[in-house]
Amino acid sequence: MTISNSTLNQDVMQSIVARYPRKRSAIMPLLHYVQSISGFVTNEGIETIAAILEIETAEVSAVATFYTQYKRKPTGEYHIGVCTNTLCAIMGGDQILESLKEHLGLENDGVTDDGKVSIEHIECNAACDYAPVVMANWEFYDNQTVESAKALVDGARAGNPPAPTRGPNRLVTYKEASAVLAGLDDGLAEEGVQAGAPTLLGLKLAKEGK
Amino acid sequence: MSLLTPVLSAHWDEKDSFTIDAYKRNGGYQAAQKALAMDPDAVIQLVKDSGLRGRGGAGFPTGMKWGFIPQGDNKEHYLVVNADESEPGTCKDMPLLLANPHVLVEGVIIAAYAIRAKHAFIYIRGEVTHVARRLNKAIADAYKAGYLGKNVFGTGHDIDLVLHIGAGAYICGEETALLDSLEGFRGQPRLRPPFPAIAGLYARPTVVNNVESISAVPAIVANGAEWYQSMGTEKSKGATLYSLSGHVNNPGQFEAPLGITLRQILELAGGVRNGHKLKFWTPGGSSTPIFTDEHLDVPLDYEGVAAAGSMLGTKALQIFDETTCVVRAVLRWTEFYKHESCGKCTPCREGTWWLVQILRDLEEGKGTEADLQKLLDLCDNIMGRSFCALGDGATSSITSSIKYFRDEYIAHVTGGACPFDASKSTLFAEAK
Ligand SMILES: Cc1cc2nc3c(=O)[nH]c(=O)nc-3n(C[C@H](O)[C@H](O)[C@H](O)COP(=O)(O)O)c2cc1C
Ligand code: SF4
Ligand code: FES
Repeated sequence: MTISNSTLNQDVMQSIVARYPRKRSAIMPLLHYVQSISGFVTNEGIETIAAILEIETAEVSAVATFYTQYKRKPTGEYHIGVCTNTLCAIMGGDQILESLKEHLGLENDGVTDDGKVSIEHIECNAACDYAPVVMANWEFYDNQTVESAKALVDGARAGNPPAPTRGPNRLVTYKEASAVLAGLDDGLAEEGVQAGAPTLLGLKLAKEGK
Repeated sequence: MSLLTPVLSAHWDEKDSFTIDAYKRNGGYQAAQKALAMDPDAVIQLVKDSGLRGRGGAGFPTGMKWGFIPQGDNKEHYLVVNADESEPGTCKDMPLLLANPHVLVEGVIIAAYAIRAKHAFIYIRGEVTHVARRLNKAIADAYKAGYLGKNVFGTGHDIDLVLHIGAGAYICGEETALLDSLEGFRGQPRLRPPFPAIAGLYARPTVVNNVESISAVPAIVANGAEWYQSMGTEKSKGATLYSLSGHVNNPGQFEAPLGITLRQILELAGGVRNGHKLKFWTPGGSSTPIFTDEHLDVPLDYEGVAAAGSMLGTKALQIFDETTCVVRAVLRWTEFYKHESCGKCTPCREGTWWLVQILRDLEEGKGTEADLQKLLDLCDNIMGRSFCALGDGATSSITSSIKYFRDEYIAHVTGGACPFDASKSTLFAEAK
């Protein structure tokens, strides 16, 4: 897969730079933006960012390689992260990851041949009260089981993944999610629940006078 | 009367709670107008008087931190909100922002005004697409309403707020690594002094505060320092979000005055999952030494937890029952620290690598009793000798688990294998 520079929109990139008092600060959203166009951080993307920020390509690469969310090879259209930090692992995350790898015939960081699904084990995603947690394109899939996680990846391969538990009404693609992480508006902020039941538990008990 | 005191969480059960309309319907943005009519120093004094302490882990007094910013120095000042929330077990800031991002935006307006900052940033972890959407929308709506930007609320003050989205690195929660990351570099901690209050973002005076700390400010401005002081304990004032997760019947968020105990929270949550009993727990995330059932009545405030040998940290109460192998739990946390070590200093970079090797052998039944001493010696060499608190945190679960569960480590050695059945710990164990 080769991506030509012309698909990176200079106006969008300049608008990202303009958010900051000093332009080098824009490097992270620009890298997310490159992923929103290419699905990973391409060499062309690195060169374009370096040119815009007037720094060396090596400086951009040094940043890109430090952060785990920047991928140096194509991800699936639906990138699945299974939390296997201690709490989720013990509550079933380990079993979910193993069964998904077997189900898809993939190793950690692998991508299916059709390019639809990639999988990695991830660290605590700040949703432990919903353990075990699976993220798809960094949207929350709470309280997962082996079966529900399989249904998620099967749906993703068939092009109709179930909606996130706490997220928009449909699962956006990896590139679409990357645009959001670049700070671009996709108009979906008001979709989905405001909170799940665990988030509301204390409030509910307080209202019951407990 | 309820033990719980929902303030931040008071309106989370309203379906549109994250919108600007809902926030205003519940009195939102009135505190900002009140604060902007005050002298900035009076706002700082109010926050000092409230007793609010930082909710990001260390519990540093928030008003005092604001007071460190030099005044009249003719330099730009910056406010940076830490929304990196990556400490294992910690899950309060993300649900808060999903349900009510405007309370943080209002807190930012007040805090930026108090410290004379025209520019504020929220640094949020990158693995939360929908939270980023909600927060960006809230910021955009606040701009549209004239609460951010030029001449906010018609007061003549300018406050810009930018959402900066991270890309997966726990170390960027450490405030100086966060600042390097925000400047466009690899996120590695800086030598202190100088502290951020003197030379922070772009070497300018900077306040870094946690999401929950800044979000607490509008209610303090609205209701007064005395009201906030009336909750909590002698040195730990106010209410806070306790996050309960793991082997309990009903996990979730509990907003309560500081000083509540795990026994009380567990009672509210319907107890440890049916048919099981509490084995160990963390009071404040994986960097805080673990507790056992001996500690059910420890007051969960900064002093109480410290006196019992741990730290209140982020109030991330992760509960593990008797089906859980403590060696497996500790190994997994240690693998996390090894993965997240930024590599800047030797004790942490090399030390966490060795800790993982030894723990892995022990968990697989290939260790020896001498390995326990080796672990403790390594921890001793990492603790206090690392460049930042990540290294220290990596040792907490190891030293505390050896203290309380030495026999279980030994059982792995003598039995030549892990004595636990991992499937029994899963949430779906019973369903099968
Ligand atoms: C490795 C490491 C990770 C941290 N992660 C966070 C974090 O995700 N969020 C946070 O608010 N503070 C985090 N902290 C603490 C911050 O360095 C800082 O103390 C805090 O943001 C100050 O805010 P507060 O005074 O409002 O608590 C972390 C510290 C360390 C050493
Ligand atoms: S203690 Fe670890 S994370 Fe902190 S500076 Fe040293 S290597 Fe980096
Ligand atoms: S441990 Fe999985 S979300 Fe926290």
